[in-house]
Amino acid sequence: MDITEYIKLVFTDYTLRTITLGTAILGAVTGMLGSFAVLRKQSLLGDAISHAALPGIAIAFLITGAKDSNTLLIGALISGLIGTFWIRGIVTKTHLKSDTALGLILSLFFGFGMLLLTFIQKQPNANQAGLDKYLFGQAATLVESDVWLMAIVTGLCLIVMLTFWKEFKILLFDADYTQTLGFNTKFIDILITTFIVLAIVLGLQTVGVVLMSAMLLAPAAAARQWTNSLSVMVFLAAIFGAFSGVFGTAISASQNNLSTGPVIVLVAGVFVMFSFIFSPSRGLLFKQIRFIKNRRDLELHKTLAFMHHIAETHEDISHPHAIKLLNNFQGYTRSTLQKLVDKDYVQLDGNMWSLTKTGFETAANLYTKQSTEDE
Amino acid sequence: MNRTKIMKEQTIDNKTPASSGVIAVKVDDLTVAYNYKPVLWDIDLEIPEGVLMAIVGPNGAGKSTLIKSILGILKPIAGSVTIYGKPYKKQRQLVAYVPQKGSVDWDFPTTALDVVMMGTYGSLGWIKRPGQKEKKASLEALEKVGMLAFKSRQISQLSGGQQQRIFLARALVQNASIYFMDEPFQGVDATTEIAIINILKELRKAGKTVIVVHHDLQTVPEYFDWVTFLNVKKIATGPVKDIFNDDNLTKTYGINYKVSIQE
Repeated sequence: MDITEYIKLVFTDYTLRTITLGTAILGAVTGMLGSFAVLRKQSLLGDAISHAALPGIAIAFLITGAKDSNTLLIGALISGLIGTFWIRGIVTKTHLKSDTALGLILSLFFGFGMLLLTFIQKQPNANQAGLDKYLFGQAATLVESDVWLMAIVTGLCLIVMLTFWKEFKILLFDADYTQTLGFNTKFIDILITTFIVLAIVLGLQTVGVVLMSAMLLAPAAAARQWTNSLSVMVFLAAIFGAFSGVFGTAISASQNNLSTGPVIVLVAGVFVMFSFIFSPSRGLLFKQIRFIKNRRDLELHKTLAFMHHIAETHEDISHPHAIKLLNNFQGYTRSTLQKLVDKDYVQLDGNMWSLTKTGFETAANLYTKQSTEDE
Repeated sequence: MNRTKIMKEQTIDNKTPASSGVIAVKVDDLTVAYNYKPVLWDIDLEIPEGVLMAIVGPNGAGKSTLIKSILGILKPIAGSVTIYGKPYKKQRQLVAYVPQKGSVDWDFPTTALDVVMMGTYGSLGWIKRPGQKEKKASLEALEKVGMLAFKSRQISQLSGGQQQRIFLARALVQNASIYFMDEPFQGVDATTEIAIINILKELRKAGKTVIVVHHDLQTVPEYFDWVTFLNVKKIATGPVKDIFNDDNLTKTYGINYKVSIQE
């Protein structure tokens, strides 16, 4: 299937359109909220919440006996929220650190959920088949009403985020200070957390309990590499998340037997890898390039400074000296000398070098200039 | 704007305490405990209006805890705090706080100006966004701390001293009457330290009350006119020239402390 054919299919085929839209919206909302989680250093929170949702799904099924996805999601929401507030409780009431609390709740709730799932599978009820899709997600089961629900929650989340943007931002940066200004930090915190839980619960059907946290973290981590502005970061994370959903769906739809959730997560992972390497300001590649360039500049400066030091002793600054003199100086190479000549700082005459006027002045100002730049 | 000008014209002089006899901050029987272990024990403290006060004491003496409890960030198990005679909750707009520099993540995606603008959020209240007026005030505060040139810098690209100045500017923009500062001199170079202390002295000159958690005992007589010795209990509080002596230092630090007080 070529690309144009696929794009045509996205717009005409009901199932594919629904899934693409659903994963795109899901990616956007989790990316947005994930930025907040990452900046609060609560990256693991998403993982804990999604795992904590599992027993809720199982219990909702046990009570209603039906596999209606909305009912199950309400169960997931309730147990996800319970898990979240237990984590908060453990952190504030005991002296355990939040990573311990997160890990504890994550594994306890997940273990309990798995226990209930195996219990359900032993039941003679024929309806029980397929509950385990919540473990790894199954995008193919998305229907239009699911997408609507996602769109509504995303819209709500956008409205709340824009309304309380200032409060979210200051809480993320400095919670204690926010409190002294008279803001109810608990309220802001609960607002953010509730939306994170909502977004995660909505994604369970598509991506599943186990991989859901990647949807939260990967777009945000990628977005952070490209910008130093919170609003741009949130926007980029939403875009990355949405594209992960669209591309992931496309790849899994055009190949046989590729589960959508994991593919979406892997695509998001590619965004992260790409951003880590190629971001201009924070990326590994440019950091390395800058590092090499700085080292070269430094070699150049050192050599120039050394030459200046020698030239200073003569009245005529352009008095020629033997190149041999430089050989003892560490940091000198033939190519640095050539570069200095290219920059018109140094003149070569056979085996002798001499500083030009510009070269002498540059050398004299080299370190004073640097120190004023720092301030 | 006017205030800035007036403050600049005043010469800096710390020999005359600006105290007017009004009590700005009053702490009664304050006790704070972490895990049953008291960190602050039965603190009574009256801070007169217009003083520039250092809180000194060894590590773990509860200096930061005292400030945080006064500001309502920590809940005491007993005691009360009043700001100009009323509970803190009703007087928030009179109080500004400079937290320890290390308490936030400086890699947060925001600029210096943005951080300073946060100082205006309190007076704005919920939902309302900062506008031109707030931006102007923030730029003025940046100028006052000598950081105007760095307004668009990402905050992680600032040096430690510059970050501290940004925090100070954020408090200045609150235009408060009482300033609480948690170790504003920690990890800053001599130039920044002088710049900061000059701003604090200007604040005091303008009639503000400034309370600073401070570590460098040598500079106490030079910088401050009021001092509180703290080591879980309050050891002493009063004018530096009256109580900053070897006796109180020894009581606070538990060793035979000798400090030469420069006149």
